[in-house]
Amino acid sequence: MNLLANLRRPDGLLGYSILYLIFLYVPVLFLPLFSFNDSIYITFPLSGFTTQWYEKMIESEVLLNALGNSVKVAACVSVISTILGTLAARAFTRYRFAGRKPMLGLLVLPLVVPGIILGIALLIMMNWAGIELSLVTIGAAHVLIATPFATFVMISRLEGFDANLEEASRDLGESGWTTFWRVTFPLAYPGIVASLLLTFTESFDEFILAFFLAGNEATLPLYIWSQLRFPKTLPVVLALGACILLASFIVITFAEWVRRRGVKPVESDS
Amino acid sequence: MSNKPDFVSIGDVSKHFGSVRAVDGVSLDIAQGEFFALLGPSGCGKTTLLRILGGFEAPNSGNVHIDGADMTLQPPNRRPVNMVFQNYAIFPHLNVRENIGYGLRKEGLSKQQIAERVDEALATVKLEGLGGRGATEVSGGQRQRVALARALVKHPKVLLLDEPLSALDKNLREQMRVELRALQQQVGITFIFVTHDQEEALSMADRIAVMFDGKVRQVDTPEHLYETPRSKDVAAFIGSMNFIDATVEGADGDALIVDAGPVGRIRAGLPADGAPAAGTTVIVGIRPEKLILADSPPGEGANSIRARLTAASYLGERSHYFLQVDGLAEPLSIARQNTQAQLLHEADAGSELWLTWSPASGIVLPAAG
Repeated sequence: MNLLANLRRPDGLLGYSILYLIFLYVPVLFLPLFSFNDSIYITFPLSGFTTQWYEKMIESEVLLNALGNSVKVAACVSVISTILGTLAARAFTRYRFAGRKPMLGLLVLPLVVPGIILGIALLIMMNWAGIELSLVTIGAAHVLIATPFATFVMISRLEGFDANLEEASRDLGESGWTTFWRVTFPLAYPGIVASLLLTFTESFDEFILAFFLAGNEATLPLYIWSQLRFPKTLPVVLALGACILLASFIVITFAEWVRRRGVKPVESDS
Repeated sequence: MSNKPDFVSIGDVSKHFGSVRAVDGVSLDIAQGEFFALLGPSGCGKTTLLRILGGFEAPNSGNVHIDGADMTLQPPNRRPVNMVFQNYAIFPHLNVRENIGYGLRKEGLSKQQIAERVDEALATVKLEGLGGRGATEVSGGQRQRVALARALVKHPKVLLLDEPLSALDKNLREQMRVELRALQQQVGITFIFVTHDQEEALSMADRIAVMFDGKVRQVDTPEHLYETPRSKDVAAFIGSMNFIDATVEGADGDALIVDAGPVGRIRAGLPADGAPAAGTTVIVGIRPEKLILADSPPGEGANSIRARLTAASYLGERSHYFLQVDGLAEPLSIARQNTQAQLLHEADAGSELWLTWSPASGIVLPAAG
């Protein structure tokens, strides 16, 4: 496509697209920029290059602890919600049972209930049940909101493949369980990877539920929020943000690579 | 090979889906090495019956025996039976070789033996050299061969095929009929296939079971099914047929004399189970290609009637003509090969011709059904 020709187009759609991308990405790019700035004030002009914020970040035990907590919670949440989501998606795509449609509707509910309401409700319930607040309660809440995502990702994956494939496997001598490992799992695998990543990030950057349900151990978003009160540590938070940005970029690129390597679901051509 | 006549034995099998009786009291015996067709319109229960044989559906009542063993409640992986699915169900994440070898893993063979069996199967379906292709990189016709090889490599006692040719285009379909038949002769395995295409069934099968509404209406060789259908439904489904209402008057040697109303008194073939009593209402069925057009009345012994041409359609190697006999509700249809005979055209409509046919071409069918 000829960029110049497009620029001259009277509808200005390209101009709009560029403005939109600037709006979307420039604020994010300030993060890495100021994380190397030698000043605790986040203002222009830049006062010099430094890596001291990164050094401080690595030295901060509280920060690393919070990061560890977040990774732990997010890893557990992604595995649990992906398993639950896969099983649910299988039921929704393979069987026609009473109440299937309403159940699909109810599944969306955690996605639309405001987090703050959900947080309060869960806090009340935990108190009532006498469960002590900890990383486990945060994880449980995250599973609650991540499972619908996992289910929808897996439904779209499983809908694409032919139920006859599983029957063919049974026909060729495999049991239900080995059929799952030899046919269902390899075909669902790109969906599973997508679901793991999606639910991991869902949990990793979740704030409100964590805020309500945290015990005495903080997750990363809680830590960052608590640091905002201290201007001196703000550049460290920026350095952390830049690292997360880079990590996300690598992970997403990897996920996309896996997805493209995975087999496309074959449409039956009958 | 001892050809057991009841190698596959279906005993009074019924399957209901809610209030729908998909299969309704079907009993069938299929011989070892037979190429057997289940033929019927869509929704007649033929596919359900095939899935019961494969173990994908459990019948509500009745039983299935294969080579003497009760298979009624065995799951698909415990049956000496393999299936070629309608859309072939090739595993998209495996290549052609891996697809074909899929079912051999559980058979306790060495890698070497598996490779040999896969090679043998590839050769059987003429796919040598394509083993390394991805399952999604082969054509529809090749996919069918992969599906066949994948099932045959297991050396099943019975091979089930669900509409095996329906996903192929017309030319390939006709070629595959011949190949499939040859393949079955070569491997000697009992083939049971489902089809709604009567031509497919007639050209490939040793015997055909015609199904309507979950019931088997007639089981016969293709020739018998076509020449001596036992009911109007079967006669109309296999090929086309002119039906004339008639009343039995009596037998005369090897012919049955009937009063066919507007067509007059005609001679028809004597049914195998003897002449019906005089006065019985019957239907006389005559195949379109057995009606002969003539310019003059025929000699003694043949039936004849004067009729008026109403429509003609040219179909290349043959033509269809429609002739009205005064008093009959519908015109009779006549099929004629376009060999030497002079062609009739739409422009000839209205001209009067003689229609003749031999008594044996008139098939006497019961009036009900």
